[in-house]
Amino acid sequence: MSFPLLTVTAALPAVGAVLTAAVPAARRTAAKWLALLFSLATLALAVLVAVRFEPGGARYQLTESRAWIADFGVRYELGVDGIGVALIALTALLIPFIILAGWHDADPLENKSQRWRPTQGFFALILMVEAMVIISFEATDVFLFYIFFEAMLIPMYFLIGGFGDRATSSRSAAAAAGGTDENAAAQRSYAAVKFLLYNLVGGLIMLAAVIGLYVVAGNFSLQEITAARAAGTLDMATNTERLLFLGFFFAFAVKAPLWPLHTWLPNAMGEATAPVAVLITAVVDKVGTFAMLRFCLGLFPDASKWATPAILVLALISIVYGALVAVGQRDIKRLVAYASISHFGFIIMGIFAMTSQGQSGATLYMVNHGISTAALMLVAGFLISRRGSRLIADYGGVQKVAPVLAGTFLIGGLATLSLPGLAPFVSEFLVLVGTFARYPVIGIIATIGIVLAALYTLVLYQRTMTGPVKEEVRTMQDLRLREVLVVAPLIVLLIGLGVYPKPLTQIINPAVEHTLSDVHEKDPKPQVAVEAKNGEAAK
Amino acid sequence: MSTTAAAHGLLTLAAGEPIDRIPAPHIEYAQLAPTLIVVGAAVLGVLVEAFVPRRSRYYVQVFLAVAALASAFAAVVGLAAGGYGGDKAHIAAMGAVAVDGPALFLQGIILLSAIVAVFTFAERRLDPAAHGNRVDSFAAQAASVPGSESEKAAVKAGFTTTEVFPLALFAVAGMLIFPAADDLLTLFVALEVFSLPLYLLCAVARRQRLMSQEAAVKYFLLGAFSSAFLLFGIALVYGYAGSVSYAAIADVVDGTVTKIDPALADTMGNDALLLIGGALILTGLLFKVGAVPFHMWTPDVYQGAPTPVTGFMAAATKVAAFGALLRLLYVVLPGLRWDWRPVMWGVAILTMLAGAVIAVTQTDVKRLLAYSSIAHAGFILAGVIATSAQGVQSVLFYLGAYSFVTIGAFAVVTLVRDAGGEATHLSKWAGLGRRSPLTAAVFAVFLLAFAGIPLTSGFAGKFAVFKAAAEGGAGVLVVVGVISSAIAAFFYIRVIVLMFFSEPKADGPTVAVPSPLTMTTIAVGVAVTLVLGVAPQYFLDLAGQASTFVR
Repeated sequence: MSFPLLTVTAALPAVGAVLTAAVPAARRTAAKWLALLFSLATLALAVLVAVRFEPGGARYQLTESRAWIADFGVRYELGVDGIGVALIALTALLIPFIILAGWHDADPLENKSQRWRPTQGFFALILMVEAMVIISFEATDVFLFYIFFEAMLIPMYFLIGGFGDRATSSRSAAAAAGGTDENAAAQRSYAAVKFLLYNLVGGLIMLAAVIGLYVVAGNFSLQEITAARAAGTLDMATNTERLLFLGFFFAFAVKAPLWPLHTWLPNAMGEATAPVAVLITAVVDKVGTFAMLRFCLGLFPDASKWATPAILVLALISIVYGALVAVGQRDIKRLVAYASISHFGFIIMGIFAMTSQGQSGATLYMVNHGISTAALMLVAGFLISRRGSRLIADYGGVQKVAPVLAGTFLIGGLATLSLPGLAPFVSEFLVLVGTFARYPVIGIIATIGIVLAALYTLVLYQRTMTGPVKEEVRTMQDLRLREVLVVAPLIVLLIGLGVYPKPLTQIINPAVEHTLSDVHEKDPKPQVAVEAKNGEAAK
Repeated sequence: MSTTAAAHGLLTLAAGEPIDRIPAPHIEYAQLAPTLIVVGAAVLGVLVEAFVPRRSRYYVQVFLAVAALASAFAAVVGLAAGGYGGDKAHIAAMGAVAVDGPALFLQGIILLSAIVAVFTFAERRLDPAAHGNRVDSFAAQAASVPGSESEKAAVKAGFTTTEVFPLALFAVAGMLIFPAADDLLTLFVALEVFSLPLYLLCAVARRQRLMSQEAAVKYFLLGAFSSAFLLFGIALVYGYAGSVSYAAIADVVDGTVTKIDPALADTMGNDALLLIGGALILTGLLFKVGAVPFHMWTPDVYQGAPTPVTGFMAAATKVAAFGALLRLLYVVLPGLRWDWRPVMWGVAILTMLAGAVIAVTQTDVKRLLAYSSIAHAGFILAGVIATSAQGVQSVLFYLGAYSFVTIGAFAVVTLVRDAGGEATHLSKWAGLGRRSPLTAAVFAVFLLAFAGIPLTSGFAGKFAVFKAAAEGGAGVLVVVGVISSAIAAFFYIRVIVLMFFSEPKADGPTVAVPSPLTMTTIAVGVAVTLVLGVAPQYFLDLAGQASTFVR
């Protein structure tokens, strides 16, 4: 047996989590460095995975297979396709920045108790989430995937509920009002519970479908079931397949999130600290869209096609509704959350457009959305930590006092609105072209989302960064070295992948071809081939 | 000697047969060793109470109980290794007791959980010492009226109720027989043997004695009621089949009986006797497992009983009762499958939903766990209904997983204390995670296992029973189970929120530092929870090998 690279990649952050949690209470800084070290080592392994992966090779590579729970028909099976490689790379890439950005987020306010060790817990939980997300991207056994898909809720839940914005709570502590502090804690715990219940209900419904799948198929191996479906040796009654599909899709749609199951996201992202919000939307939620591609389409091709019209409409509503509500937000973090809902609409639309451009675009979108949201949200977090408020109205004229902060914020915002030249443009364009090829009306309506995106980001920038300098903003510091170190690489990536996305598309495209063949779909005859070609050349 | 010989002589004369024709009961002592060891130790324990000085009784009793349970467990392992769980499975003691896979597996679980439960019985570091004497969870002198002078005198003298150990051993002995009983009378006797000591154990709490006694009375009254149901059912079934032996009844029910005497021919056509009798017997057993609508006693008894007893009862009684239920449904009444399955469907659905929904409104940790145990009974029933080898396997596995989570969870409850003893009101648990992160984290692990979160034993167990139910064609039960899991998750999570995200109150409880005994119990609970969650295959295999009933 060759070196189990995938297992090690997933296990390393878990080991890091245990070690970080075990650091003594007084050695907070050591715990932070340890966590950073492990996240960087994981990044190195993820790069190794990407290097070892051959884009033109077998569909699933670096596979591992061991007996696990034979009585349940469960095997420990790992393997990555191009989509998995891209998302593992994204996860491993973002975690060090999340750790670095949250460097002081979990410092204890005052030494309440010797035994209460929030700092160690915070970084251990982040690494634990990373481990579980990575193994979800690797699992090719449905049961194995399900276990980690569900289990990652627990560390996420503690991250959301246990750690709030330092600034807001310290402000209220300074006001010696106690009451507001308690109020913030109550809201945070409400958000955490809402997050958990939504996802748990989704997961439990999926559990019923997972059991149903076992009853029908007799095992949990994605490859075996997909192969049997393709060869026609595994028949599912139409209704059974549709019910099972809905069970799986519901869980992923909660996670992704798709309208109308999205309402937990603004609460969770609003109440969590900025790095945790990035962890939710840029990393954890990607498991939902990834699983739609891998499991919904792979296991239930016919049902997927059956559900496509409804899902496209829901995705369209997500795009427009998310963007519209984002325009009306007064809270910076909630604005980003609604923007993300709009973007997830694009991703899901791209997946279910059932064209190679749409699905490649959707996968690329997952990566680019992760990077651009991280950039925007982390800078927003730095901004919020300086002023101690999440309200847009509390800011104004920041660009005069903190030009670097304002500049990076602008680039993050422009990436969010998919400005040509930045990475998200490529993916959004591909999704739209892919959708238009098959569903022109939906493609056209979806462009409204782009217009609204320009509106909410530019208005956000205008209100916070330009105009007369507000009294409270006057003394605001510009970005510190640590913060620049977080933002600069992300911006470099946004520009780099915007100009030259080929390394990613090269890995993703063959995988998408496989996924399309799962659902027996081919790209429709090009009706607008000329424009599409031009578009691709233009980028 | 001579008098007995004379008596025999008289009898044989009357019967007109030679003396050596009277068959002496044939008892396979070695195969019944687990039960015999425990009963023997219990009797010894009574003698210890009578003859060993008060000062050293506690140590002798604890040692005796643990040694007996451990050697009984060794005997179970020996029997299983000797093939009695598989090929050599047979019915011992003149058709009264089955020695087969399910019986041995469940006896093993009962003995192991009894050992860790006895550790919590023996814990003497949690309460502050009274008059220089270390005290445990049990009343100084159970017979003295609460608040009376004699109680004060007993406390001052440093009395402790060491009787709890032999009582627990008697209860364990009954529980060992209950799932192995192979005729209805043995079933009934075993039921009484384990119920009566439990009624007493419920009544002997050191704190809140009135509540404890009230719980015991309620438990006793309702328990007596259910015993009556069971006995009446036994009578009716005997009337139908002309036998109390499981195999004989099963033959009559299936219609494969070969020797039909006139009396049997007269009654065996009367299905009313069988159906009513069977329903009454089921009622008695469902009462013991705490299934809706026979669950009313559970919350009061769980709350009032001394917490170590609650943990023991919640785990071991459930195991024994489900064992008996399985054997009854799979050995005696498989021929009536089409009659009892719809009823059990209804009971399972009601139990899952009612347990989960009512638990949401609870404000006391012990009552919360009581309703959670009701919901779990519903999940296990889903596996029972599968009527397949997978069903038995999943139920056996679930019972093993559930026992250790339960005992561990109740052991944690004994640690959280304020001036009035255990602080079981949920509001007092606020902020526990900040004061004692480790205790709160351990309790959170148990709650997550109850909620069935993956990587805990609760998930593996739930998956096993749901899978068996789905394969048995009970997809609806799986969906209801999943829905009630979601409801149940809500209140488990609420406790976690309370512990970790609420500010601790100034007058909140403290977490007592236990002796290594309770620590062992909790550590075993956590270890089993995680091991069965991550690598359940070995235990599933074990349960799978043990899933064939002897008939």
